[in-house]
Amino acid sequence: MSEAMLSVNNLTKNFVKRLDLAGKIASKLGSDIREEVVHAVDGVTINIPRGGVVGLVGESGCGKSTLGRMIAGILKPTFGEIIYKGVSITDMNDDEMRRAALQIQMIFQNPFASLNPRMRVEDIIGEAPLVHGMITSAEKSEYVRDIMQKVGLDPEYRRRYPHQFSGGQRQRIGIARALAVKPEFLVCDEAIAALDVSIQSQVINLFMDLREDLDLTYLFISHNLSVVEHISDRVVIMYLGRIVEIAETDDLFKDPNHPYTQALLNGIPRLDQRGIDYEPIDGEIPSPLDPPPGCHFHPRCPHAIDRCKAERPELREIAANRWSACHLNDQA
Amino acid sequence: MTDAAHTLEVRNLKTHFFTKAGVAKAVDGVSFTVGKGEVMGLVGESGSGKSVTGFSIIGLVDPPGEVVSGEVLYNGKNLVGLPDEEMRDLRGNRIAMIFQDPMMTLNPVLRVDTQMVETIKAHDSSVSETEAIQRCRDALGQVGIPAPEERLKSYPHQFSGGMRQRVAIAIALLNKPDLIIADEPTTALDVTIQGQILYEAQKLCSETGTSMIWITHDLAVVAGLADKICVMYGGRIVEQGEISEVLDHPVHPYTRGLLGSVPGHGTRGKRLFQIPGMAPSLLNLPQGCAFQARCPRADEACNIEPEISSPVAGREIRCCHPHLDPSEEVTA
Repeated sequence: MSEAMLSVNNLTKNFVKRLDLAGKIASKLGSDIREEVVHAVDGVTINIPRGGVVGLVGESGCGKSTLGRMIAGILKPTFGEIIYKGVSITDMNDDEMRRAALQIQMIFQNPFASLNPRMRVEDIIGEAPLVHGMITSAEKSEYVRDIMQKVGLDPEYRRRYPHQFSGGQRQRIGIARALAVKPEFLVCDEAIAALDVSIQSQVINLFMDLREDLDLTYLFISHNLSVVEHISDRVVIMYLGRIVEIAETDDLFKDPNHPYTQALLNGIPRLDQRGIDYEPIDGEIPSPLDPPPGCHFHPRCPHAIDRCKAERPELREIAANRWSACHLNDQA
Repeated sequence: MTDAAHTLEVRNLKTHFFTKAGVAKAVDGVSFTVGKGEVMGLVGESGSGKSVTGFSIIGLVDPPGEVVSGEVLYNGKNLVGLPDEEMRDLRGNRIAMIFQDPMMTLNPVLRVDTQMVETIKAHDSSVSETEAIQRCRDALGQVGIPAPEERLKSYPHQFSGGMRQRVAIAIALLNKPDLIIADEPTTALDVTIQGQILYEAQKLCSETGTSMIWITHDLAVVAGLADKICVMYGGRIVEQGEISEVLDHPVHPYTRGLLGSVPGHGTRGKRLFQIPGMAPSLLNLPQGCAFQARCPRADEACNIEPEISSPVAGREIRCCHPHLDPSEEVTA
């Protein structure tokens, strides 16, 4: 793998539910009411190589969107650093930070909620480059035309409003908006989850074409393993705020190491399986407010040993380009 | 009641919505059968009429919608035009429905036991309270809810998404129905939880001989679960047959396109097949075959409504130009 385009180091995000007045008084009086802390992302380290596609997989509440939002600069990390092209974002001055923020763009899940319904497509796409002085207002029309063509939208529709488009077209508008500021890095947060199967394949193909044409690097966040297998070079699996496994896509799907990854792979229905007997893993995803001690997965893990209940497993390299956070790897 | 070979037989069902903008033919001439203990997958993209088909069977089509013609034969008895009272006797009793979002279908201000006992007593007022509670407890246990005794006293918001869907399934099971219509029941759930629900559904059908119509947009879910499959497009079933037959040797160009556009094993790095364009509006369906505008094989013959034909044994399709040469690649 080439040098890292973006890496995050021990990144952590806590959301704290502050006590209200009654709670504060009660705690002053000695009650054991305390502030509730959600460790949405808990010490995550990833390297994303230039030109690569890294798939980030996990179930709801595992912190994958929070991680994506921190990388895109929408949320401030509680702790840890984001290093973009060798420079830590926290060390940058305002000017550099703004430039980095422009180069990292995000595409959202819901194309209905993420577009301003009162703006014309031309303004949705053209606003950011205009504000950042990349184009003049005289050039805007031509510029928007170009980008719309690039994402497969008819430029004739640039005077229309978002509600006049179908879901797939709206997602293309969202992609065009992100591309308008000439980013080098795209964070796609469940960008195709809301689309129908036939539209989904159109957008996946578009992502792949853009990657080649514009030399983009992706962090592709999804719960859909089949899509991630199709699009990514490397896959990161998260569970309750922590990374449990990182591997090259082929290795991961051929031979998953972590018991959670194995459970996920067993759980996905596949087209080539008929009349299978589902063997689900037990239990639910625990509340991130009160995660189990030790390995977060141990209450559901069929192989859990005593050590899993007490000690947090570190993410360690178990083979070339493979990392897994599981105590069982020590036993073998 | 006459004895019939099939639990459910739908004949030429047409449900139209008379809106101000025109008549939307949401279901337009749908016919299929579901045998005892059989799982039928009803697959289609948004707006294909799959959910309305489900609602029409159970008599839940609201104005401006109307079942304009056709028959729904449940054990030989026609449900279309049945007086409300008789329909109410069947609904939730002999035929039950599970919806996509259990938060919308469970009453948030009533405890689970209240809602469950109500379902039993509505159909058989002679059941005593203790007996009803006992049945509720059994039903919750049957769908894999731990500690059913305590959970009966909970409100819906105290359950997680997966657990709530189990409660909805348990309510559907209470009166031991012959037929369950499940409308996208796992779409809102996480992968590992979906696996658990699929497992319960599968167990249920094989153990109790309940028939099921599983409505979904996800071909992979149906692949592992169903015995038969109906593929809907533009309000019509375009292809139906035995599950492995249809998925391994699809004959209709739409089914082929749909299967080709699903990412998964072996598609990595390749372009996905994409069906061009988007689904037509039901208000404004083209004359003849609804798929012709997106179909690579379309010609003048497609302007005439294709009749149901059976070019392969056990298969019914609506297409003038089916793929009959088995040597052709699926991802053409």
